[in-house]
Amino acid sequence: MSERVVDARGSFCPGPLMELISSMKMMSVGDTLELLSTDAGSAADVPEWIKKVGHEMLDTRQDDAGTWHIRVRKAK
Amino acid sequence: MRILVVGGGMGGTIFANHLARRIHHEMKTGKARITMLSASHEHVYQPGWLYVAMGRTTPDELVREQQGLLEPGIEFHVDPVEEFHLADNHVKCKSGKVHEYDVIVISTGSRPMPENIPGLQENSINCYTAENAVEFFRQLSDFKGGRIVVTVGLPHKCPMIPLEITFAMHDFIQDRGLLDKTEFYYTYPIGRVHSLENVAKWAAPEFDRMGIRYETLFNMKEVDGKNAQVLSEEGGAVKYDLLVAVPPHKGQEVIEKNGLGENGWIPTNRTSLHMEGEYGKNVIILGDTTNLPISKAGSTTHFEAEVAAENVAAVIKIGRPVRSYDGKVFCFIEAGKDRATYAMFDYQHPPQPKAPTGAVHAFKMAYNQLYWASARGLL
Repeated sequence: MSERVVDARGSFCPGPLMELISSMKMMSVGDTLELLSTDAGSAADVPEWIKKVGHEMLDTRQDDAGTWHIRVRKAK
Repeated sequence: MRILVVGGGMGGTIFANHLARRIHHEMKTGKARITMLSASHEHVYQPGWLYVAMGRTTPDELVREQQGLLEPGIEFHVDPVEEFHLADNHVKCKSGKVHEYDVIVISTGSRPMPENIPGLQENSINCYTAENAVEFFRQLSDFKGGRIVVTVGLPHKCPMIPLEITFAMHDFIQDRGLLDKTEFYYTYPIGRVHSLENVAKWAAPEFDRMGIRYETLFNMKEVDGKNAQVLSEEGGAVKYDLLVAVPPHKGQEVIEKNGLGENGWIPTNRTSLHMEGEYGKNVIILGDTTNLPISKAGSTTHFEAEVAAENVAAVIKIGRPVRSYDGKVFCFIEAGKDRATYAMFDYQHPPQPKAPTGAVHAFKMAYNQLYWASARGLL
């Protein structure tokens, strides 16, 4: 099992969710990923996609600098 | 200083020419030397394939001899690199020849991988190579009506192409009098019709106005050619009569083989454009080859190449770099056969696209020719 960090801060295009989807394609089942995003929309659209596909949300938090840290696990 | 440029595409060419113009005196006096290694003697203007797919140009019009695009004094070899020895500051080429350097620029680009999605290669068309764009035009010309589905893989080169190809096909079909027999169905990986929120806000009403249906949160998993349907990771299934793909992409195989980056994308510092890690100090990465979370597009490469060239020239002349890359991207968006808009943004500022106009389309058509001046470092 591996853990990777995807730094999508300041990414408008392709944007944090597309970066996350691309990275998850390279992962194995059970691997985890932490997405860094400055887009407030990520806190909503990442869980929406994770739920729809059937992966697992681990946790979401915003640090003092305003960056969202969203951790997910590849489940299938 | 020996500067080695690996890759004769947009990034490598613009970098080399910009740098050569800045260090003309140093090159003339033997204090600096630029060498370029490429896998091909040709330089291709890849954004032009969209127009090939629509029958508005032919592949030969998009190609120039690479040697003729380079500033005098740049040494050019058609000899692809096979081994990168970054710890020892040299590369080994297919011919066996070894090139040593003081600074290396890696700009090897990306490649479409339709074969990575089961069934996609044999059941879809795309406009990511000259041959595929010609085949695209052939199949679109023969289309007599039915359902055209656009499906999008990740990551992909040119983030505007899903929208552009859809608008362009709409106008193509309309001009052939087949609009009432054709249904357009656009799918997209995230929860809106484009990654850029403001572009999506503009494009969705355009789709509604044109009668183009769309489904979001659709990531293709496989294509069932027998039943003519594309299946998604999210559990969806969409039937098609003609399947138009934006295939997922990877970086070049040589990057992966040398362990420089997963899937061919090299970890890159977002402002200095140097490779991350122990040997990155004299290694610059440009364009699609980076793993940066920004558009894999010609304009990204162009702006990165200018910054990198200015910095290398400054290091030669005053001992230190002078600029940071700010994430600048400028993408035209063709909104059909005769209208276009654009998206300009950087790490800090999202784009604010305007309504498409004929004037922006005319400028895009002009830029398609001006590109050759741009590649020479003149624009």
